[in-house]
Amino acid sequence: MADLTLQLLALQLMTGIALGALYALLAIGLSLIFGMLTVVNFAHGAFFMVGAFFGVYAMGLTGSFWFSLVLVPLATGALGLVCERFLVRPLYGRGIDYPLLLTFGLSYVLIELMRIVFGIEGLPSSTPPELRGSVNLGFGFFPLYRLFLIAATAIIVLALWLFIEKTRFGLIIRAGSRDPEIVKVLGIDIAKVWLMVFGIGTAIAGLSGLLAAPTRAVNPEMGIPILAESFVVTVVGGMGSLPGAVVAGLLVGIVFSMTSLFAPEYAEMSIFVLMAVVLLIRPQGLFGKAGLMS
Amino acid sequence: MGHFIHHAIERIRQHRMLATTAFLLVFPFLMPYETLAINILIFGLYAVGFNLLFGYTGMLSFGHAAFLGVGSYLTGIAVVHAGWPWWAAIVVGVMSSCVAGVVIGYLAIRTRGIYFSMVTLALAQIVYFGFYKAERWTGGENGLRGVKVDVISLLGFRIDFLNPLSKYYVILVFVLLALWLVSRLLNSPFGAVIESIRENEKRAAACGYNVAQSKLLVFVLSAGICGLAGALRALHLSIVPIDSLHYLQSGQAVMMCLLGGMGTFLGPFVGAAVFLYLEDVVTNVTRYWMGVVGLVFMIFVLFFPKGVWGTTLDWIARWQRKYAGKEGL
Repeated sequence: MADLTLQLLALQLMTGIALGALYALLAIGLSLIFGMLTVVNFAHGAFFMVGAFFGVYAMGLTGSFWFSLVLVPLATGALGLVCERFLVRPLYGRGIDYPLLLTFGLSYVLIELMRIVFGIEGLPSSTPPELRGSVNLGFGFFPLYRLFLIAATAIIVLALWLFIEKTRFGLIIRAGSRDPEIVKVLGIDIAKVWLMVFGIGTAIAGLSGLLAAPTRAVNPEMGIPILAESFVVTVVGGMGSLPGAVVAGLLVGIVFSMTSLFAPEYAEMSIFVLMAVVLLIRPQGLFGKAGLMS
Repeated sequence: MGHFIHHAIERIRQHRMLATTAFLLVFPFLMPYETLAINILIFGLYAVGFNLLFGYTGMLSFGHAAFLGVGSYLTGIAVVHAGWPWWAAIVVGVMSSCVAGVVIGYLAIRTRGIYFSMVTLALAQIVYFGFYKAERWTGGENGLRGVKVDVISLLGFRIDFLNPLSKYYVILVFVLLALWLVSRLLNSPFGAVIESIRENEKRAAACGYNVAQSKLLVFVLSAGICGLAGALRALHLSIVPIDSLHYLQSGQAVMMCLLGGMGTFLGPFVGAAVFLYLEDVVTNVTRYWMGVVGLVFMIFVLFFPKGVWGTTLDWIARWQRKYAGKEGL
């Protein structure tokens, strides 16, 4: 019996990591945009939802999951570029609340657009055929798709880390998040960098929507709880910190899956309680810098 | 003529509560139907409470549905489960919102700026899930039904609460009391303190004001006013829908406040009126209300950040300056 419980715990832990991988991905997109543009993207959940819809639609159209894996981030990224260029950009320098309010309004419009195009019921989603079934991990069978989710997130995070730490453009991003004025003085068109970063952030949001689609219901409102949850992850991890987003994402995912094992009634609430505790002990988040919040 | 208008505007400015009262007394006759007027009263109050925090103190909360909802639910629970009279139920609702305001406010004011918005949003989600799960008390997904108050009886008077017009005037009494409180508050030294926190928090602290305490106090006051709006809404609808705690309900406060004009006394009220009137008109034409309001909201953020009322006030002030210059006043 004790053995069985341990097995169950391990499986639940894996489920938590798979969920956490998704949270981490979402928080990275949010953090990237904030770290660079000091804009909290309230439409992040909406871009996630759009990504899920595009994903399901593209899979139906092309029949290939791998193809849509490339197509969807490009599409949501392009949408993000348009939004930054024409909606967010006029608001720079007008106070920190305005871009936030704008993206909030944008989320309404995106939700409605998906309702108009795909209907209010949403779309049925299924796991791609090549990723169905489960794998024996030694302590039990675990769904292959969730394993894929963990691996995909690891690859994306690694690629992003290499991109930011090792490339010339990444250097500009890092410099820009520290002091945009100096970067401008050095002759770099920071507006273009901001545009790209917003595009990358929304592309990641769309990608996480696509990855999440087989594990949950795809409907126009699916982004709303996700937005709140990714805020929890960002607050726990510390805004603007990449390692913070990953660690907090996994932590939140594990807390959620463990509470759903022991006290399913409180599963949704547990992660918010976690956030409240972090706020009491360390208001700037686990990896956050104290000065960044003001 | 110009002289008369100039003086009339000055008078109205000095007696804004009197002018508001006079207008709200005839307001239901200007609306297509009374229920819309009642809704505007309730949501106007909700937006005014929110504006105290956002417009005047500069703290953008995305969790104010928690206070509207707690006010509604606790009022409803007092009537349905405890069988308390309507006035006691309102007191319970408002007090509960204040308590929720203390708890959420204590946690949220530890953060600033955008963080504050995210934290209030997340904390409001706890309240949402809590009430959603407590099905025995709240009815869960179906909402709390049967908050029935047919007759308002006080000091020997009996007012028919089923008649929409008399219902409007009963609710108006509470709304005017709350508006008067807010008006007094904003004209008091405390009102100056919270505005100084909005303008420059560090400087306010350097001047010797206890910033954290003032923030918490204004947070709780704001929660209490939104709680009153919630309590009145429970009595008005005779049901408490679970949507009152939803994230979109929090967003509605933000939208109404900005549409009307944040940081102005009556702006949020005007915003609520515009929002609800627009909703009434648009939903008759198309199902896509949410998209329309999102679009309108974005246009306001981009081009009219001062809102309908704030922009109007600017126009009036500009005309007055021009007039005073011409007359050599």
